[in-house]
Amino acid sequence: MDYFDRFAVPHPSPAIYASMIAIGLTMIAVVAGITYFKKWGYLWREWLTTVDHKRIGIMYILSALLMLFRGGADALMMRAQTAVPDNGLLDGQHYNEIFTTHGVVMILFMAMPFIIGLMNIVTPLQVGARDVAFPRLNAVSFWLFFMGAMLFNISFVVGGSPDAGWTSYFPLAGNEFAESVGSNYYAIAIQIAGIGTLLTGINFIVTILKMRAPGMSLMKMPMFTWSILITNFIIVFAFPVLTVALALMTMDRLFGTQFFAMANGGSDMLWANLFWVWGHPEVYIVILPAFGIYSEIISTFARRNLYGYNSMVISMVAISTLSFVVWAHHFYTMGHGAMVNGIFSITTMAIAVPTGVKIFNWLFTLWKGKIVFTVPMLYSLAFIPIFTLGGVTGVMLAMASADYQYHNTMFLVAHFHYVLIPGTVFAVLAGFTYWWPKMFGFMLSEKIGKWSFWFITISFNVTFFPMFITGLDGQARRMYTYSESTGYGPLNMLSFVGAIGLAIGFALILYNIYWSTRYASRNISNDPWDARSLEWATHTPIPEYNFAVVPTVDSTEAFWDSKKKGFKLFSGKIEKIHMPNNSGVPFILSCIFFVWGFAMVFSMWIIAIIATIGIFACMTLRSFEKDHGRYISVEEIEETENKLRGAK
Amino acid sequence: MKIDSSLPLEYSTEENRLKIFGFWIFLGAEIALFATLFATYFVLVEGTGNGPSGEELFKVPTLMLQTIFLLTSSFTIGLGINAMRLGKQKAMLSFFVITLILGLGFLGVEIYEFVEYVHEGATIQTSAFLSSLFTLLGTHGAHVTLGLFWGTFIILQTKKRGFTPETTNKAFIFSLYWHFLDVVWIFIFSFVYLKGMM
Repeated sequence: MDYFDRFAVPHPSPAIYASMIAIGLTMIAVVAGITYFKKWGYLWREWLTTVDHKRIGIMYILSALLMLFRGGADALMMRAQTAVPDNGLLDGQHYNEIFTTHGVVMILFMAMPFIIGLMNIVTPLQVGARDVAFPRLNAVSFWLFFMGAMLFNISFVVGGSPDAGWTSYFPLAGNEFAESVGSNYYAIAIQIAGIGTLLTGINFIVTILKMRAPGMSLMKMPMFTWSILITNFIIVFAFPVLTVALALMTMDRLFGTQFFAMANGGSDMLWANLFWVWGHPEVYIVILPAFGIYSEIISTFARRNLYGYNSMVISMVAISTLSFVVWAHHFYTMGHGAMVNGIFSITTMAIAVPTGVKIFNWLFTLWKGKIVFTVPMLYSLAFIPIFTLGGVTGVMLAMASADYQYHNTMFLVAHFHYVLIPGTVFAVLAGFTYWWPKMFGFMLSEKIGKWSFWFITISFNVTFFPMFITGLDGQARRMYTYSESTGYGPLNMLSFVGAIGLAIGFALILYNIYWSTRYASRNISNDPWDARSLEWATHTPIPEYNFAVVPTVDSTEAFWDSKKKGFKLFSGKIEKIHMPNNSGVPFILSCIFFVWGFAMVFSMWIIAIIATIGIFACMTLRSFEKDHGRYISVEEIEETENKLRGAK
Repeated sequence: MKIDSSLPLEYSTEENRLKIFGFWIFLGAEIALFATLFATYFVLVEGTGNGPSGEELFKVPTLMLQTIFLLTSSFTIGLGINAMRLGKQKAMLSFFVITLILGLGFLGVEIYEFVEYVHEGATIQTSAFLSSLFTLLGTHGAHVTLGLFWGTFIILQTKKRGFTPETTNKAFIFSLYWHFLDVVWIFIFSFVYLKGMM
């Protein structure tokens, strides 16, 4: 029995036991449900083995929504705990675990996959390609992310959650202060998901640079595609740093190396530096695609082409470059001297310039536009002022000397939620609503969508604005409670009320999906928003080969030109199309990765070695496999095309 | 599959061109990975604690042997690719086999070196300097090990299937990988060993 003791939660509570039972019951219900409806074959053929970028994108988004509710539950518990002074709802240890998992889940398992999901669905369509460059690698990316996320999520019921913050600074995250396996979960689960993300980065760079439709030069790409290209360059150069940092952390925790130790020549500051050399570009990995989404939506619903295309591109390139040279602003107070702090202050403030250029470009796109107030547009319009508030407080934080006042207070928490929520979360919600009809063939209800928009926007400000004030008053972040005499009580209560409002807003989104799936009209056109880029030029639902004939492009808005100026988008004739075959290997490989990760977390070396052999066996299999894909014949394409045209 | 016969076989199909380009991007990520390991090493190189320093550990003979093995293997794989372009399967296979044997020799010396270090009481747990040294060298060595398996698979496939767009593409990409490991070694040679011994 001793062997199994390691799986026990070191710091249990009734809530955790209840979660264990709930997880167990849910899993039984899912398995029973699939068996009852005889859907195992369908699940395997159509989803688990798929290499289609559209389906992989949908799976990314579903996982991200799931994680949104996991991270949201953590957030609600935090706000509930701090709602009143000296609250006993959670103890310090549980609070530590919750803010750690909230951060990791929201950034790595919600924001990133949501963005990557949209990019999977939209990018190949926008550049007029039939799939990504390496479809099977894309499936590997998704399943590695998914298994990493699952591994991270079981931590709180098997062995204990990580509790050293999403930044896991050393020595706090070392064996001495983080005794449970929680921080092992952190290091290994993120590692597995991170490898998947790196592969995505390579895949999309090649797709965008090499597979664009004829005539689409780089400066004629839609702005979303541009943002994705730049984002993937950041991924390719930032994620290896995380890979190394996490590997060193794993070795320190499992194999007794001295990288971040306090003795034997180690340097705990090295962790902070490595983490943020990845961590700051990571912020731009989630924000640049958001800028791309807003550019598409604002130009579509202002009925004008995007103002300042070139300056939009240049500013994104500038932001991506600067993102690699600002990392030390996350720890000004750690004492690296006035010179270093000064340099990083300047580089950090410099980011406000290209970002400001973008804000003005969006405003000028709106200027004299015939604005249509759809749900995606409402999110985009709300984004501009709220995000600016987040940006301006960012410049305040960038000033090293002033940062000594703000550092590690709720002011910082308010700041980064003010950039990440209106920036990334509003963008993915807007993009999700905007591209939904292309994905599923019907529209989400505008009425319910507007309700959730107002709930989310108002509650967001109610939740986070008070934190600016309590932060300036000195309320520290990550403190699980405070005394009544501090006077933080009323504003924290207000935050809690806001958090409930946010929860209602997100629940309404789920209700919207349910309602629209049941009642929305299926009779929509291929281009329900009257949009401008190539993804709207193909059928809804999209055939697996995307375009029967590869489009030809001669401007940034070729589809708009084809609608308004009679430009001929499809001029070739139908030829047989080469498509990749489905494969179960990515899913199986990732399952083995999961087993490997689990064994590593608990130092079960024999299982870890067997799993490692399994991973390499999958790769060997792939090397010797002969898979030339398959062809879709002209007759088949014509039949599909006629059917899709007939439905409209 | 459209084959463009004006290009070398490894570039002849669109899929092949995508794979080669994708691999270049992957090497970009590898550069970032090794750069991080080098940076870690430079930060921790003075952190010897109670353990030995590089000056006390590094020895010229093993270093020279490793360097000669790896640099020569980079040359022979170049000859292998040249033979492949000329369509000479036997020569290509021979050069690939020589490359892998040299790689194996490199790995053997590296393992011998590691065992020696441990005998002298310098383990990965002794000090931060040694942790970073073993990790940097070990990551490079692990890449070489992976390369040995990968190269063997390519030799087997080329032998069985001959020069096809697929096999030549794999061989060419493998050569890129192998040259890259050589470049990393040059940095290790200069900034770890030479700098450490001076």
